Amino acid sequence: MDIQLTPNDVAFRDEVRAFLKEKLSDKFTKSVVGGYIDKDTIVEWQKILYEKGWIAPNWPKEYGGTGWSITQKFIFENECAEAGAPAVVPFGLKMVAPVIYTFGTEEQKARFLPDILQSNVWWCQGYSEPGAGSDLAGLQTKAERDGDDYIVNGQKIWTTYAQHADWIFCLVRTDSNAKKQEGISFLLIDMKTPGIEVRKIDSIDNKHSLNEVFFDNVRVPVANRIGEENKGWTYAKVLLTHERTAIAGVPQSKKAIEQIKEIAAREMSGGKPLIEDEMFCAKLAQIEVDLMALEYTELRAIANAAVGGAPGPESSILKIRGTEIQQAVSELAVEACGYYAHALTPGIGNDYASPVSTKYLYGRASTIYGGSNEVQKNIIAKMVLGL
Amino acid sequence: MNFDYSEEQTLLKDSVDKFIQNDYDYETRKKHSAMEGGFDAATWQTFAELGWLCVPFSEEDGGIGGGAVETMIMMEAFGKGLVVEPYVSTVLVAGAAVAKAGSPEQKAEILGGIIDGSRKLSLAAIEPQSRFDLFDVTTQATASGDGFELSGTKAMVMHGATADTFIVSARVSGSARDREGVSLFLVPANSDGLEVQDYPTLDGHRAAELTLNRVKVPGSALLGVAGAAVEVLESVADEAAMALCAEAVGMMEKLYKETVEYTKNRKQFGVPISVFQALQHRMVDMFTMHEECKSLLLRTVMSHQAGEADFRKNVSALKYAVAVKGQKSAHEAVQIFGGMGMTDEMSVGMYLKRINVINTLFGSGDYHLKRFMSL
Ligand SMILES: Cc1cc2nc3c(=O)[nH]c(=O)nc-3n(C[C@H](O)[C@H](O)[C@H](O)COP(=O)(O)OP(=O)(O)OC[C@H]3O[C@@H](n4cnc5c(N)ncnc54)[C@H](O)[C@@H]3O)c2cc1C
Ligand SMILES: Cc1cc2nc3c(=O)[nH]c(=O)nc-3n(C[C@H](O)[C@H](O)[C@H](O)COP(=O)(O)OP(=O)(O)OC[C@H]3O[C@@H](n4cnc5c(N)ncnc54)[C@H](O)[C@@H]3O)c2cc1C
Repeated sequence: MDIQLTPNDVAFRDEVRAFLKEKLSDKFTKSVVGGYIDKDTIVEWQKILYEKGWIAPNWPKEYGGTGWSITQKFIFENECAEAGAPAVVPFGLKMVAPVIYTFGTEEQKARFLPDILQSNVWWCQGYSEPGAGSDLAGLQTKAERDGDDYIVNGQKIWTTYAQHADWIFCLVRTDSNAKKQEGISFLLIDMKTPGIEVRKIDSIDNKHSLNEVFFDNVRVPVANRIGEENKGWTYAKVLLTHERTAIAGVPQSKKAIEQIKEIAAREMSGGKPLIEDEMFCAKLAQIEVDLMALEYTELRAIANAAVGGAPGPESSILKIRGTEIQQAVSELAVEACGYYAHALTPGIGNDYASPVSTKYLYGRASTIYGGSNEVQKNIIAKMVLGL
Repeated sequence: MNFDYSEEQTLLKDSVDKFIQNDYDYETRKKHSAMEGGFDAATWQTFAELGWLCVPFSEEDGGIGGGAVETMIMMEAFGKGLVVEPYVSTVLVAGAAVAKAGSPEQKAEILGGIIDGSRKLSLAAIEPQSRFDLFDVTTQATASGDGFELSGTKAMVMHGATADTFIVSARVSGSARDREGVSLFLVPANSDGLEVQDYPTLDGHRAAELTLNRVKVPGSALLGVAGAAVEVLESVADEAAMALCAEAVGMMEKLYKETVEYTKNRKQFGVPISVFQALQHRMVDMFTMHEECKSLLLRTVMSHQAGEADFRKNVSALKYAVAVKGQKSAHEAVQIFGGMGMTDEMSVGMYLKRINVINTLFGSGDYHLKRFMSL
């Protein structure tokens, strides 16, 4: 046990800092407004990371990963967030890629992984359906064999950034008679295939991230199926655990706390800067304590996983606490901004207030997506506590 | 002690409840909010015809002499319907300021117009640096001829763009945070040197920033005693805070009821999600929080009615409780609705937004908790 960084780690940190200083221009840091970023800008940033060889720290080295130690990954994530780098879009790099390199054929790996690594294609996640949210295994979108193709019919919902997507990875039902978890397959579908329609969902944050995706007799080559037919649930579960750990967002919360401090230094309350208000500072400190605990819980989980493979069901607590803390941070940011947090037009009163409430509103979803926090608690109760 | 409504109050409640139920569903509200100006002018006239715009004014001012109970009745219903018409800004805030501070001539001129629906006023009392301190005023009023010249910036003026007249707080003496030396002025919206920047707020209402650049007003524009406006403002603010809490209590009732309803119909794992205890207990908490806030509301309303000295302390208790429990209720509702809670299709998200806005109007939870401790 040792809390200190080794000289090598310090050298690595300095290398990351130098890189960010050189490449991470305002264009990228300022492009993230209320948690949103435009497609072109994020793709441009991801390509810069790719050229440096740092786009996929978690991938195995053979497919383009960095081969970093846990500490190095930790340093990298922290430095990026601290510098205000936009988070990489997870659907390709963090969600479907691990499924492809773990369960895909050599052909599939060769076909899909390089484009993901280079951010040439945008992926979206087609899991949830109107009738299948928490009960994901209840999904009904059907794929029926027709020669070398599947014919896909049905509907996905809540599909984040489907409007940008070139490809969608889907869970589809290939056997309606089996137990519900056992009749599901994992398909990769080109969004340009005839029969696919994307419709926008109006959301409370007034931004466009959510969509419905409709499939009307969509032909998908069997070659686009990952692994065996009817084994999709197994592959999907691997992905879900990855999704869950990535969701904790410790470095992002740290950064957000720094931003609150900056806002509170500029906002006046009772005739003095808000940052001198004891009640406000106490709230901030409580969140910081929670975040310190989460940070080390995450490090422990990662260290365990490094020894034993994929993160275990304990990773659910990272998701629960990580999202609760994100929400607490975003509530406090809204509070710090006072009245102006509620002005929808950017730039009213000051430049920082309006994005804060967008982020707060979107952030309500973090305890819903990726397996709701209630579902996570059910998992802990069942898998960890044996209840 | 008596918690019952009088016969007249029951009639008022029936009429406003029925209107919201029959004529003001969530789709209608969305339409009104999207209209130019941010509300429906015809509905405003209906409010006038139904006699709702005169409720809080005394009989000699042309009203029905309604008190805190009547306002509570109106606002709870308006909360349920998420009403966007400028009732709070024109009737309960600006109207109250005129009723409290105005000369007989000013009252005659303005209140009649508010009551018949022809006039709209907004209070411009907040400034970018003032947060919740209504005495923190840097807008200056200097004597000029037999009138005044006003210069400064006013923030978050509710429904500013549709007001024909602003009630502007400005400093006539002292320094920025003195309680003495602030006056109120009636400033026509079309005054030279007055710039109104209109914008939508999170909750589908509208607000405006005002820039006053040497705006000239006559001596008769002074509303109330020169230099003594802070007391008037704080009294208006306390009553407005109470009214907004009534609105929030109405929303909290809808939040728990709609959530219960939704969970009975939404099926996952082959059962309605209402069977999960993890959710049941939280809906029970939402119900409890509503009851608590309703109790504090009644306590505050009754202490206002009785003219009790601890009215202000009650307001602070109420506003703090609503800030915490109202927001918590709305967060729970969105969570329990799942993805649907994030959509504009469902009203729970809009309740969440409106409650957040209410939480900053006339003092945040922290502000009122501190005031509670000091009283
Ligand atoms: C902003 C956002 C982005 C999303 N992006 C994507 C995406 O890109 N791709 C995708 O496939 N999906 C996406 N989702 C969908 C997300 O995964 C689902 O919303 C989530 O699984 C919950 O499902 P649901 O919305 O149907 O809620 P429901 O399953 O109907 O749940 C409603 C409520 O009931 C609770 N509940 C359900 N079951 C239980 C139980 N057994 N015990 C206790 N409580 C329970 C839930 O926790 C929730 O509070 C996104 C959702 C949101 C909000
Ligand atoms: C008899 C019985 C009683 C139950 N009683 C209760 C109860 O009283 N209270 C209660 O809270 N729950 C209860 N549950 C629900 C139980 O917690 C669920 O079984 C659990 O949520 C896992 O669902 P599963 O069986 O479909 O999947 P599993 O195969 O165990 O889970 C599949 C994996 O997918 C994950 N997952 C599912 N949906 C999503 C999504 N949208 N996004 C990301 N990951 C997702 C799961 O978390 C899990 O890791 C009960 C279930 C049963 C069978």
